[in-house]
Parts: sequence; structure tokens; C-alpha cells
Amino acid sequence: MTELDIDVSSLLENICEQLQSRAIFSQSPKMIGIRTGGEWVAQKLHEKLALADPLGVIDISFYRDDFSKTGLNPTTQPSDIPWEIDDQHIILVDDVLFTGRTTRAALNEIFDYGRPASVTLVALLDRKGFRELPFQADVIGISLECSQPIKVTGPEPLIVTVLDKQEDIA
Amino acid sequence: MSRLTGPNIQLNELGQLHHFLTIEGLKQHHLVEILDTAESFINPKTREIKKVPILRGKTIMNLFFEPSTRTRTTFEIAEKRLSAQVESLDIATSAAKKGESLLDTLWNLQAMQTDMFVIRHAQSGAAQFFSQHVAPHVHVLNAGDGQHAHPTQAMLDMFTIRKHKGSVFDLKVAIVGDVLHSRVVRSQIQALSILEAREIRVVGPKTLMPESPEAMGIHVYHDMEEGIKDVDVIIMVRLQNERMTSALIPSEKEFFKLYGLTKERLALAKPDAIVMHPGPINRGVEISSAVADGPQSVILEQVTYGIAVRMAVMSIIMSNAAQLKQHHVEQEAAQASLDLDDPLTLDAIVEANS
Repeated sequence: MTELDIDVSSLLENICEQLQSRAIFSQSPKMIGIRTGGEWVAQKLHEKLALADPLGVIDISFYRDDFSKTGLNPTTQPSDIPWEIDDQHIILVDDVLFTGRTTRAALNEIFDYGRPASVTLVALLDRKGFRELPFQADVIGISLECSQPIKVTGPEPLIVTVLDKQEDIA
Repeated sequence: MSRLTGPNIQLNELGQLHHFLTIEGLKQHHLVEILDTAESFINPKTREIKKVPILRGKTIMNLFFEPSTRTRTTFEIAEKRLSAQVESLDIATSAAKKGESLLDTLWNLQAMQTDMFVIRHAQSGAAQFFSQHVAPHVHVLNAGDGQHAHPTQAMLDMFTIRKHKGSVFDLKVAIVGDVLHSRVVRSQIQALSILEAREIRVVGPKTLMPESPEAMGIHVYHDMEEGIKDVDVIIMVRLQNERMTSALIPSEKEFFKLYGLTKERLALAKPDAIVMHPGPINRGVEISSAVADGPQSVILEQVTYGIAVRMAVMSIIMSNAAQLKQHHVEQEAAQASLDLDDPLTLDAIVEANS
């Protein structure tokens, strides 16, 4: 296990600047973090951006496409979106954008709550070359080309680690 | 390979729920998993239970051989909120009336690509009987069998208690009424004791009490005032007139006088005690309207939580099936690689190919 020499706080600063320069930022956007890593990243961004509405959190366990293979995640918790989704500009935050399947599941869940005006996808890390579905992030902390699994641990401190291949990602 | 093994009739070889027939014999972690999973279906702020897609493509068949309003409806809602395909069979108008045997009916319904049966039947042991005759990939849920068990009802009661009291552990619980005939009470007592309630009391006339309460780890009270004194939870159960073969109580009026839950009696329990009832309630027989509709009553919450708890049980069972299947795939892969490492087998392969 190797701790990557990444300055997470500067990545977060970078993401905030990019978000602030986007048109939706002046349209009171609402933020949703994807449990667990994305929630930690979102908490930091939400605080730095001082968004008016509380942070939403979604747990995509019930929306995964591998349920028939892996069953339920034992740590599943309720999603908590404390406002209406309809007609809102949503900033969707994940820690690592990898195959795109988590994003697919998260979008499906969001649309079960309502029809957002827009969704802006934010990823702290973008792992290039592994996408299985056509999703790209609008705002990225950093792009990596790395074949080893990457794990984000948190919430305090938020650290990015690269795992040796044989280690369990769980 | 996925036939049930081990001492328990409802667990798979990994010790997980494969059917859900009874609370008896389950471990605390089984019950806690159900309660925790149920929690994940309920929005913590709005209490709303949203639809999720996990059982898409699965077919669930509800077989109610006995009338039911709450259980059948909440099962159907739960199944639909898991995105399963739901079929409810009205047994009264089905082929059973034309003389088809129970098992033939079951096998025909199974041939319609059913993944799970939810069964209510007047005969004790009916759900277990079905579970022994379905295909290995088919699951059976007991929605009440005779006087034996009603495990999802007991779990939704535990869930309601946990919601109000934080935990079942260390609570004093009084169950009042027709304990003898009630499958709900049997399952409740088992669940309460697995979750380590401090004291389980049953309250009612001698004629409606079980024969060996000591064996069940419960305390019997024939005096209502004594029985509900200082308890955290009062569970009222209905007089099961349809299951009484002889006159076990003098009259409903007399029963209410002795055991009916009134405001005055409720005041004897802890001030924050909750009042539960699995329904249907008989106002003026076991409970007064003032209590049933009062601030300490959680009777209608029980119904709502019944949806989440049934969703939890069904999704856990299908999740366990997925994990078992994966376990078998891994076992076979391990076996296959072992076979290849085995020089004898390699020789045999070479020989077979030469």
C-alpha cells in the first residue's frame, strides 16, 4: 500500500475554483455526495463553497448493476436528499471516477427522486482508460493513469492511497 | 448443490436466510441484519419509503389461503417497491377448488418462473411444507401459518420498538390477550428473547395462556394491573375467536373489564410506554378507542414499518442467494485450478487426449 503524493486540499481548491466559474454556480446549485468516499469529498466542497442548502447523500447499493452477483452491501444506509430534486441544478460528487457504473447508478437514483434541471459531475480523481460506460466528469481534481486500485480514506484526513494489486479493495 | 443443509430448515450452507419460515433458531445477527436493512429503505427525515430497482426481473407470488388485509397488502407494496413482478393468487377462486392438490398447485406456479412464494395458510407448518418441495433456487416466506409463526410481523414489531426505544435490549415488554392461539405472539416472544429484552410478560386469563410459559422464558400474569406495571412496551393481541373451539372467555364485555387496555390502566406502565397491536383491532374488546387513537399508540406506524421490514427480508434473501451462487462459482474455480495442479489429473488429461 502506497500513499500517493497528492495534495488533496489543493485538488479540492482546484475543484472549487472550477465550480465557481461555471454558470450553474449563480443558480443556487445543490450538492449530492455518493456514499462513502464521495460523501467525504462533498462535505469538504460543500463547506468551502458555503452552499446555502444542506448536503444530500445517496447510497447507491440498491441501484448497483451487480446485485445478482454480489448481493447487498452490508453497510447500506438510507439515502438522504433533504430537498426536492425537480428543476434543481445538482452537483454530483464522487471520489474516484473509474468504470462509470457508480455514476450510472447514482443518476438512476437521482431520477427516481425527480427531474433535475442539470447534473454536474465532479470527481476528485479520474482514472483514465477504465471506463465501461460513457460518462466523463465535468470537473476533475486530477486525472491519473494507473492500473492499480486506488482507495480514498477519510473523512479526516482525506488521503488517497494506491493498493498493491493483490490487496483487497474492500 | 444449493439444497438446504445443516440443522436449520431456513438457512443455506453459509448460514444465511434462504427461506423465512420462523424466528425460532435464528441468531441475533440475522434479526439485526433485517432491522438494519429495513432502516435503509426509510428516509430518515420524511419517513418515506422509496421504490428501488434491486428485484427487477424477479417474480414473487403471494399465496393467501387465509384472509388478510394488512399482511397481504403490505407484502404486495413491499414487493412492488423492490421492483419485483408481483402476482397474488386468490386461492378461493383457483384450481384448488377444482380438486388440484396443494403440491400440484405449487409446482405449476413454480413452473411459471416464480422466484419467491409468500404463503399464508391456516395449517401450522404449511410454509415449511412448501419450502421442502420447491426447487433449490425458489424461496418461501411465511406470512402466517396456523398457530405456529408469523415472523415478518414479529420483525416489524421489533423494528417499531427499536424506532421508539433505540433498542429491544433490556426492555420490559407485556403481551396482553389471547396468547394461546396467536402465531404472532409466538414469533414475538422468540424475537424478544433473541434480542435480549429484559423481561417478557404475558397477561390474560388462564384459559388463553400457553401451557409451559417457563420453557419459553416468559412470566405469566393473570392480573392486568400487575402485568403492565412499569413496562416499556405493551403489545395487545386480538381474541382469536375463529381459532377457539370452545368457550374460553365468558364474554367480550367481561374480557374488556378484566383485560381491556384503558387510559387508566395504561397509566400504570412507564410514562413513555408505547402501545402496539398487530391488528385487526377490536375496539372495546381488548383496547379502548382512547388508547388505540391516543398519543402512546404506534399501531399505524407498525403498518408502515411492515413495508420496510418485508422489503428488507425479501432483499436479504435474494442477496443471500446471489452470494451463495457466487460462492459456488468460486468453489468450482478453486476446484478446477486444484485439479490442474494435481499431476494425476494432468496425466489423466494427457492420457485421455492421446
